[in-house]
Amino acid sequence: MENSVAYEKATELRLGLPGIDEPAVLSSVKNNKRPLHDEKSGENGKSAQNETAPPSKAQIVGWPPVQSYRKNNFQQAKKSESECGGIYVKVSMDGAPYLRKIDLKVYKGYPELLQVLENMFKFTIGEYSEREGYKGSDYEPTYEDKDGDWMLVGDVPWEMFITSCKRLRIMKGSEARGLSCSGV
Amino acid sequence: MNYFPDEVLEHVFDFITSHKDRNSVSLVCKSWYKIERYSRQRVFIGNCYSISPERLIARFPGLKSLTLKGKPHFADFNLVPHDWGGFVYPWIKALAKSRIGLEELRLKRMVVSDESLELLSKSFVNFKSLVLVSCEGFTTDGLAAIAANCRGEVNLGALERLVSRSPNLKSLRLNRAVPLDTLQKLLMRAPQLVDLGIGSYVHDPFSEVYNKLKIAIQRCKSIRSLSGFLEVAPHCMSAIYPICGNLTFLNLSYAPGLHGNKLMKLIQHCRKLQRLWILDCIGDKGLGVVALTCKELQELRVFPSDPFGAGNAAVTEEGLVLVSAGCPKLNSLLYFCQQMTNAALITVAKNCPNFIRFRLCILDPIKPDPVTNQPLDEGFGAIVQSCKGLKRLSLSGLLTDQVFLYIGMYAEQLEMLSIAFAADSDKGMLYVLNGCKKLRKLEIRDCPFGDAALLEDVGKYETMRSLWMSSCEVTLGGCKSVAEKMPSLNVEIIDECEQMEFNLDDKQKVDKMYLYRTLVGHRKDAPEYVSIL
Repeated sequence: MENSVAYEKATELRLGLPGIDEPAVLSSVKNNKRPLHDEKSGENGKSAQNETAPPSKAQIVGWPPVQSYRKNNFQQAKKSESECGGIYVKVSMDGAPYLRKIDLKVYKGYPELLQVLENMFKFTIGEYSEREGYKGSDYEPTYEDKDGDWMLVGDVPWEMFITSCKRLRIMKGSEARGLSCSGV
Repeated sequence: MNYFPDEVLEHVFDFITSHKDRNSVSLVCKSWYKIERYSRQRVFIGNCYSISPERLIARFPGLKSLTLKGKPHFADFNLVPHDWGGFVYPWIKALAKSRIGLEELRLKRMVVSDESLELLSKSFVNFKSLVLVSCEGFTTDGLAAIAANCRGEVNLGALERLVSRSPNLKSLRLNRAVPLDTLQKLLMRAPQLVDLGIGSYVHDPFSEVYNKLKIAIQRCKSIRSLSGFLEVAPHCMSAIYPICGNLTFLNLSYAPGLHGNKLMKLIQHCRKLQRLWILDCIGDKGLGVVALTCKELQELRVFPSDPFGAGNAAVTEEGLVLVSAGCPKLNSLLYFCQQMTNAALITVAKNCPNFIRFRLCILDPIKPDPVTNQPLDEGFGAIVQSCKGLKRLSLSGLLTDQVFLYIGMYAEQLEMLSIAFAADSDKGMLYVLNGCKKLRKLEIRDCPFGDAALLEDVGKYETMRSLWMSSCEVTLGGCKSVAEKMPSLNVEIIDECEQMEFNLDDKQKVDKMYLYRTLVGHRKDAPEYVSIL
């Protein structure tokens, strides 16, 4: 029994430093509340709230009133989702009648991805170089990133690419060349 | 005075099933009391410490189904120590010794040891149903005594055989450990299912298993209740669409992986939904889809997906207003949100005057109306004034004594009230105690209510099941006073830090007080840190 009490005290969410008596710290929370609407209501409410707000939500015991298995479940789900969810993105090709979808998580790097795209749409991609993009073909693989910008595939590390890629587009012709041209 | 023989009265009483009605019947006269007590089969005990198992057995020898509740509600939020009480063992032991032919046991917030489960499984020949809600204290070993096929790891082969042998199986809930092809086989064997819970729903939409699963699901035309999806591949939810049209209960509150368009598409198929439990990642927009689709909706629960987070994918007052406008049958609400306005609450009160349960939790506990910077007194006031049948209310946000004035004035049917971080003075609590004649449970935390409020009308507590007050201003002396004046109440002080031992000053503020009416005096199983005054 003693052990369980000690365990509870050790893992209990507390306001303030360990070793400080609870009532003293909790009463300061209540005192913080009074000034908020006694003196400062109607004024710049936002700053008043920041000054006298209670400690961050994570430190108030039993708040929000959600059962612990729900809180735990969310943490677990967050973790497992990132482990097993695929990253499916649409792939369009200029001139093709319909789009395709691929799971970026399945591939280990750019060479594999480009090979798959070539097979899927029956075309060839040129040689990649940092300076000139893809040379030797009318087609260039591009992608839309999280900011909504169209980027050339291959510039950033693979891991960064798969987390920022929202969709792929295989551009054709002069539009494609415009992207890869550096400064001319 | 009986115009009919006892058997006739007994037959008439058979039609009276509600506990409240049966209790009333037993008060009419001695003869009715006797007939009623011999014929009662289902007994509900809202506080296991209000009566003893011996007295229960003595009064109701025909008992078949017993419901017991243990810890106070705030135990759900870690405010009550695990070993505070609520042990079911003495009840099972007493029932086992008697001649009671127990068939069903329903427990809520009780501590259930493996020992008690074992005793239960051995003692009652006709035992059929065990329902545990928010209980603790047992392991799978204990459950193994009850359900022979479920030991430790899920034995998939045994599970499949069990389902095959159970043509009457109505409810099947699976956890993560059950793989998809097993799920598909189980569904093929149990197309009569009414309630299905799916643990893991992640698969390749182009696989053979998925195709088989689609067929299996389509055969399950009786499914009315669907839950789970702890792990989910959103693009595979279309397999579920064929049964969505029949669903009356959908519980997606464990499925944070399902949101955005996929979630909205799913909901659009659920036109007959009566109860929806969901996470707040549905967003206000998603609630708009609910409002357009679910015209039969009676109960909505929106849980926080990230209780401590910044709340990007959360709901606000807008979502609630949309649902109130679109779902006229809404009568029960649990809503965790980032913010709420008085205007929204007033609109909701106008749209939905039929609320029986209204529980609002604004994640920041003292947040005012963000538009006007005012407390939410007027908004909640509108709710209690409009919803004349309101039985349960939970408040949050910035609140003054005013809201309690409204509650005392208008909430005539209110039975349960939960208050946190609210009010300015004792007046708040007094308005409620004086005004709400039907109040049964009052739970308060972090409010400035002190001895003056507590002691104003101690007789009131005998008309209620219980009162919880934590982190308020009541003192040890005040609590002692209540205990002295009301011997029919147990006044418990829960003092985990064991300060009371060293400092018995009556002026000391009490951290946690729980008082409840009882017919059997002080309980003998309280741990050291609980003092019963």
